[in-house]
Amino acid sequence: MIRARALSKFYGEHAAVHDLGFEIAGGECVGFLGLNGAGKSTTLRMLAGVLEPSAGRLEIDTPDGRVAMDADADASSIALRRHIGYLPERPPLYDEMTPRAFLRYAAALRDVPAGEREQASEDALRRCGLLAVAEAPIGTLSHGFRQRVGIAQAIVHRPALLILDEPTQGLDPVQTAGMRELLRELRGRHTILLSTHILGEIEATCDRILLLHEGRLHAEGDEQTLVTRFADGGRLRFELRGDAESIGRCLQAVTGVREVRTMPADATAASVVVEVAADDDVRAAAVAALVGAGVDVLGLRRAQSGLEGVFLGLGGGGAA
Amino acid sequence: MSDAFATLSKAGTVLRRELASLLRTPSGWAIAAAVLFVDGLLFNAFAVGTGAKTSTKVLEDFYYFAAGTTMIASILLAMRTLAEERARGTMPLLLSAPASETAIVLGKYGASLIFLAGLVVATLYMPALIFVHGKVSLGHIAAGSLGLCLLGGTTLALGTLASALARSQLVAGVLGSAFVVILLLAWLLAKVSAPPLDSLLRHFALFETHFRPLQRGVLRLSDVVFFLSVAGLALGTAARVLAWQRAR
Repeated sequence: MIRARALSKFYGEHAAVHDLGFEIAGGECVGFLGLNGAGKSTTLRMLAGVLEPSAGRLEIDTPDGRVAMDADADASSIALRRHIGYLPERPPLYDEMTPRAFLRYAAALRDVPAGEREQASEDALRRCGLLAVAEAPIGTLSHGFRQRVGIAQAIVHRPALLILDEPTQGLDPVQTAGMRELLRELRGRHTILLSTHILGEIEATCDRILLLHEGRLHAEGDEQTLVTRFADGGRLRFELRGDAESIGRCLQAVTGVREVRTMPADATAASVVVEVAADDDVRAAAVAALVGAGVDVLGLRRAQSGLEGVFLGLGGGGAA
Repeated sequence: MSDAFATLSKAGTVLRRELASLLRTPSGWAIAAAVLFVDGLLFNAFAVGTGAKTSTKVLEDFYYFAAGTTMIASILLAMRTLAEERARGTMPLLLSAPASETAIVLGKYGASLIFLAGLVVATLYMPALIFVHGKVSLGHIAAGSLGLCLLGGTTLALGTLASALARSQLVAGVLGSAFVVILLLAWLLAKVSAPPLDSLLRHFALFETHFRPLQRGVLRLSDVVFFLSVAGLALGTAARVLAWQRAR
């Protein structure tokens, strides 16, 4: 179990993170979601010990008992750092070292006993699929492999909490798929806190989401809970052929429709794209009305994916 | 495990990686080659080749020139220590590890100091030539070489402090040089200052007050204590700077 209580970080008068509290159960994979400047990276850096909180308390349950760091007591986070693995946004790698040598160094830095370092680094190499490049200088590796070495250094000491800040940033689709596979493999062994802008990543990997906004915990829950609460899930996008004015009148008349908006299109476009905001599921009624009015329905889909809607809701300040 | 032992053990881990990096990358070798080349050149052109002089004077001249190259090498070695970690994004690895700021600073400094001491040892063939062909004491050579290590070690510590403060290696180099130049010029300021400021400034004159005796083969405890105190203060401050950067 990981507990953050009233965690805050102030830069002068400005609160980058304010009064943040959450709990993560052992083995859970939790996604950190928020707009740029929401305080995600600051929070992760505080949890990793790279940055000292201005106030608050952090606790981690480990096999050896509970380890805590209390910012108000001005206590050092050294004991806590032994149980945390951290991959920052930019993987911290020494280009002149090989992955094998680098992982042995990381193991020594993170207090793995001398007799166990070789085994620990070999385990990390194997789990992250790095055995084939273990003796190549890190500077010669592809971005995907570098990211894997970054994860390997974060897990080499078998931490209770694994913090990953944008682990799939800059990866191509094949590398992203490989990274997702690796994250799935890590899930069973570590409690994971994952921050990413790639919503598919959170949807595919996380059990629960912490939604940060303007330095505060805005909401938490699983994906469906957040989408229901924050995203305008009823917004539909129609592709139609017919007279734009009569299409608008026809849709407005459907029960449950709040707003009809014709999307801008160039003069040569053969179809009209209309976005409809509704309180209920109006798809069947709207299609029936349109067909009844002689309009050709060429396509119908939701205007936003679930978490995208949550994100856009934050950007507009609409979610509360 | 006591805190002091844990700090030294972690400093040793950082030191080994840093030293290996210095030996594996071109920058360390480039600095070593440049120092040895310039030392050899100055030894031939000025210490040996400027007319008849006693072998003691040749040895003193060698240590005079070697002091300059050692200080420059120290700044070049020190400016990369912490600023380079920041520049290549590896600082979070150190800061998220269960290591104190003191351990990080000591490890970085220790590796550069060992490299620098190796450089001083590599220049020993020049005093050895004077010893074989002239009439100088081994004590003079020992004091002069210890002086180079103390002067270099102190400059290295001031450079490490600059590297902790600066975001880039270039700024660290300029800042470290400024620290050293202030201490080098303290004796000039002492000349134009009134008592008691003049004696205070003279006390801080890194080269004139504290290296000159070692250059002449005179080992005084007060000079050794001065060098160690300035280095210790600079390294302690560098560790505080890292702690402050973590907390700010």
